[in-house]
Amino acid sequence: MAQLSSNLLYIAFFIYFAASIVFAISLFGKKWRKSDEATHSKKWGMWGFILSTVGFLFQLSYFITRWIAAGHAPVSNLFEFTTFFGMAMVFAFLIIYLIYKSNVIGLFAMPVAIIVIAYASVFPSEIQPLIPALQSNWLKIHVTTAALGEGILSISFAAGLVYLVRTVNQEKASKSTFWLEVVMYTLISTVAFVILSLGFEAAGYSSTYQFVDQNEQQVTVEYTLPALTGPTDGTYVSGNEFGPLVEAPAWMKGEKAAHKLNTLIWSIVGGLALYGLIRLILRKRIGAAIQPALKNVNEELVDEIQYRAVAIGFPVFTLGALIFAMIWAQAAWTRFWGWDPKEVWALVTFLFYAAYLHLRLSRGWQGEKSAWLAVVGFVIIMLNLVVVNLVISGLHSYA
Amino acid sequence: MSDKNITCECGHINPYGTEICEVCGKPLQGDSESNKLLNMRYEGSARRSQTYKTTIIDKIWNFFSSVKVGIWIIVLLLVASAVGTIFPQEMYIPPLSDPTVYYEEQYGILGQLYFDLGFHNLYGSWWYMLLIAALGLSLIVASLDRFVPLYRALKKQRVVRHESFMKRQKYFGITELVNNKAELSTVKEVLQKKRYNVKEEDGHLFAEKNRFSRWGPYVNHIGLILFLIGGMLRFFPGMYVDEVLWLREGETEKIKGTEEAYYLQSDGFILETYDNNDAKFKDAIEASGQEAVAKNYQTDAVLYKQVGERIAGTDPELEKIKEHPIQVNKPLKFDGYAIYQVDYKLNELQSMTFTMDNKETDKPVGELTVNLYNPEKEYELNDGYRVEVMDYFPDFEFNDKGEPTTKSKVPNNPAFILNMISPEHPDGEVAFVAIKQNLEPLGENDYKMSFQNVDTKNVSGLVVRKDNTLWILAIGGAIFMIGVIQGMYWNHRRIWVLRKDNEIWLACHTNKNWYGLKRELESVTDQTGLHMPLDQSEQK
Amino acid sequence: MKKKNRLIVRTVILAIVFIAVGYTFYTNFFANESGIVQAGDQAPNFILTDLEGNEVELEDYRGKGVFLNFWATYCEPCKDEMPAMDKKYKEYKDKGVEILAVNVSEPKLTAESFVDRYKLSFPVLLDKSNDVTNHYGVGPIPVTFLIDKDGQVIRKTQASLSEEVIDDYMKQIQP
Repeated sequence: MAQLSSNLLYIAFFIYFAASIVFAISLFGKKWRKSDEATHSKKWGMWGFILSTVGFLFQLSYFITRWIAAGHAPVSNLFEFTTFFGMAMVFAFLIIYLIYKSNVIGLFAMPVAIIVIAYASVFPSEIQPLIPALQSNWLKIHVTTAALGEGILSISFAAGLVYLVRTVNQEKASKSTFWLEVVMYTLISTVAFVILSLGFEAAGYSSTYQFVDQNEQQVTVEYTLPALTGPTDGTYVSGNEFGPLVEAPAWMKGEKAAHKLNTLIWSIVGGLALYGLIRLILRKRIGAAIQPALKNVNEELVDEIQYRAVAIGFPVFTLGALIFAMIWAQAAWTRFWGWDPKEVWALVTFLFYAAYLHLRLSRGWQGEKSAWLAVVGFVIIMLNLVVVNLVISGLHSYA
Repeated sequence: MSDKNITCECGHINPYGTEICEVCGKPLQGDSESNKLLNMRYEGSARRSQTYKTTIIDKIWNFFSSVKVGIWIIVLLLVASAVGTIFPQEMYIPPLSDPTVYYEEQYGILGQLYFDLGFHNLYGSWWYMLLIAALGLSLIVASLDRFVPLYRALKKQRVVRHESFMKRQKYFGITELVNNKAELSTVKEVLQKKRYNVKEEDGHLFAEKNRFSRWGPYVNHIGLILFLIGGMLRFFPGMYVDEVLWLREGETEKIKGTEEAYYLQSDGFILETYDNNDAKFKDAIEASGQEAVAKNYQTDAVLYKQVGERIAGTDPELEKIKEHPIQVNKPLKFDGYAIYQVDYKLNELQSMTFTMDNKETDKPVGELTVNLYNPEKEYELNDGYRVEVMDYFPDFEFNDKGEPTTKSKVPNNPAFILNMISPEHPDGEVAFVAIKQNLEPLGENDYKMSFQNVDTKNVSGLVVRKDNTLWILAIGGAIFMIGVIQGMYWNHRRIWVLRKDNEIWLACHTNKNWYGLKRELESVTDQTGLHMPLDQSEQK
Repeated sequence: MKKKNRLIVRTVILAIVFIAVGYTFYTNFFANESGIVQAGDQAPNFILTDLEGNEVELEDYRGKGVFLNFWATYCEPCKDEMPAMDKKYKEYKDKGVEILAVNVSEPKLTAESFVDRYKLSFPVLLDKSNDVTNHYGVGPIPVTFLIDKDGQVIRKTQASLSEEVIDDYMKQIQP
């Protein structure tokens, strides 16, 4: 059952990929179109939607079969949560598509969902037993609602990105073009990180170092990427004999700081390489390369989709990530609120979108500014998913 | 009334600050010939903050009434909250570690700086709480200032609006008519079918739906204010109890914080782990590197209630209330209190068993079991053998003066000074007995104490909670959710249809989701033969 | 008229918010913990057994000053003040001041051997289950309550006391 489940996920992943390409054809593929533009985009858009739906159904089957195999809702560790978050994004996209029939949202939302699901594959995917604190019906209620809320909010990011690519003036370099490229680069470096991690894992790369931490404890740390930065005064123990090239700076004293720094450097470098390669092929900014395909996109509609996604997602997010979370926390941890980092970042996300909704009332915060806000909102959601779980330790770091 | 009021050409006197006449809808601010789209926020009514700016009270009021100020408060809270997660808060650093050195030790210079700035206790700091208080005040003031005029404006809406009001809506269109009467009645019918509330006056139409969604923001603000009040109530005496209770198996303890009324007895603490060979979880447990993964922490508890009055120090008279296995996620609840399973200690020493042996024959002459929490003074063995406990140190160490002493009352390292009395030595032989230690401080003895075994017990770490603020927090949260859903999932749509000679003017407005309104308009114009109004924001 | 009403409404709302927030800040940052015995309170009655097994009730000491001390053998500062306490006990015993030294839930034997070793003459009471200790809200020891002849706590101290201070305190509660 577990095997079947992961196969279903692979299938879903590739169907999503196909759907993205179909959405791209619906916008780019004017050269070989036989019919007029509207019919062409309608036809291909329909196929994109159908493929996305089929992919979603496959991922739903993954979810159900894994639930059966594990005996509990598969939302209890980083792998499961991140894949579910990707699925929630797809689901949110399907809803938005049904309302607005916008192919261009698909072109951006589906790849982002794909990157999220790919990123999930870096985490251990074994079925884990539930520790006592997680043995509650609120696990599934809280986590799925929160993820769905975040998924819908992510659609506003996709719409914001469309708006920016569509409207930012690419004729000359500016702050906007720079930051737009930074967004592109970040997405690409996530892809690079996934490729590197899975690549080295497939090659069976592993090396272990030992060092004395600030509590005078002997600690061993395992690197699955070649060690560029090693722990201070660390010694090589076993595995692949490479590096570390340098020791992490002494002020980085946190738990496993050197290891985290190493991962970060690999992502940045890998991302730069991949981004550089793409730029070399395109010979222009990525934003500039996509822009022409979006010239028929109604920017006001995209702006509205972005706002609407927040309007729909905000209540769902609040319900799942704050209210249900509090109800559960009251039962599991004796208090509904405890300033655990994950809780705080849920609050930060809530406050951010609250500020967004109030800003939308003010003059001059529609359009580009609002689109940038949607990007920042997504960054906060991703920070809560990635940094808070992996860098800051707290009650939620189950993985 | 002051002369600051604005008199519209229709004769209505509007309060100072009004942008759109409350009655006829004529734009009052700026150039009346302007073609710019109207700003329909708060219906163009005068927010009260704009009116009086004389006293200090008004100044404070006006400051907190500003949405801009509100957004700044939100942003400051957001940034402060995020900063508080950079390093762990004081409550999450390991117990017993000294925060003055911990942050520096663990996180270097940045950690020291974090501590010096007081960020280790950020969420309890006066300035963070002040920010939350400011948010609460902003919520109250800004909502009141907007709700009242908006309510009035929406309540006294007229069917007929001023020409320039119509022209300056986002969607506006004119249809020339051949036969007007029939068409207007179809328009009315079609709109009613779309669940619009249609009013007619002199052949003009005004259709409106989902006005209640305009109250959403104010409803959710009420919810938030209730929530904040709930948070504040916690600081009032008696609203909140939070105590730790360590309970040894078999013991009955008074439950702290329950005003002496309740007692809890532990019938045993259970720790279960997952089977490491379980086919389902084997891989994950192996990969985690842990020896075992916990499955269940449970204290089998019995709750008692004290009967009658009692003087401190005397034994209570108890009445059994209920038995309940306390597990994580399944607290024991009673009378507004809840007892949670949060921690445990396994195998705490309870009693030790020794034999008194004759050194020569290496045979025991008797056996004794010592309760480490309350040893007897004397243990009678058979045939004239006897052991006197001369001194007992539950957590033995030598202090700086070199005297034997105890570190605590918990028997972590029990040690005894014993006097072994035998027929040969009626005055006894003194022995010092501790774990893995047997000294004969007063010379060679003929008898010795041999350690046989220990009896251990588990200790449950429980938390006692009472939170009388939960109900108001729950109500606040529920109202907030109702408010956001009401405001976000519905939108207030209005359509004005004005008959002017042989033209029909159509204008409409929604507070959000223009796309939805546009589609609705398309359907209306399709069915009625009216021209689809143009989106004037697109024809710049 | 309308303007005046509005000012009143605004003033009332702001005042309510400021008072509520002020009170919250006060209880959070300045107020003492509630529910524990403080100077000025009536000393709660208790009944404990001494080392000989006799029941001792606080109320029976009405009319006398009571030097109520909480201690344990694992508490070095407590031990430090014991000889001075014993000395002053002998001096003030006939002047109507009594010492009650409550041992914080140690085994009887441990307390007893300690009393023998230090040759203490004042009554030592055993608080087996920390009942009285909790009732008085005693945290870190040593803690001493000075109770006057009317049963009122006139002072609570958390320090290890010197002979002079003990002398001074005993004078304060001498009837």
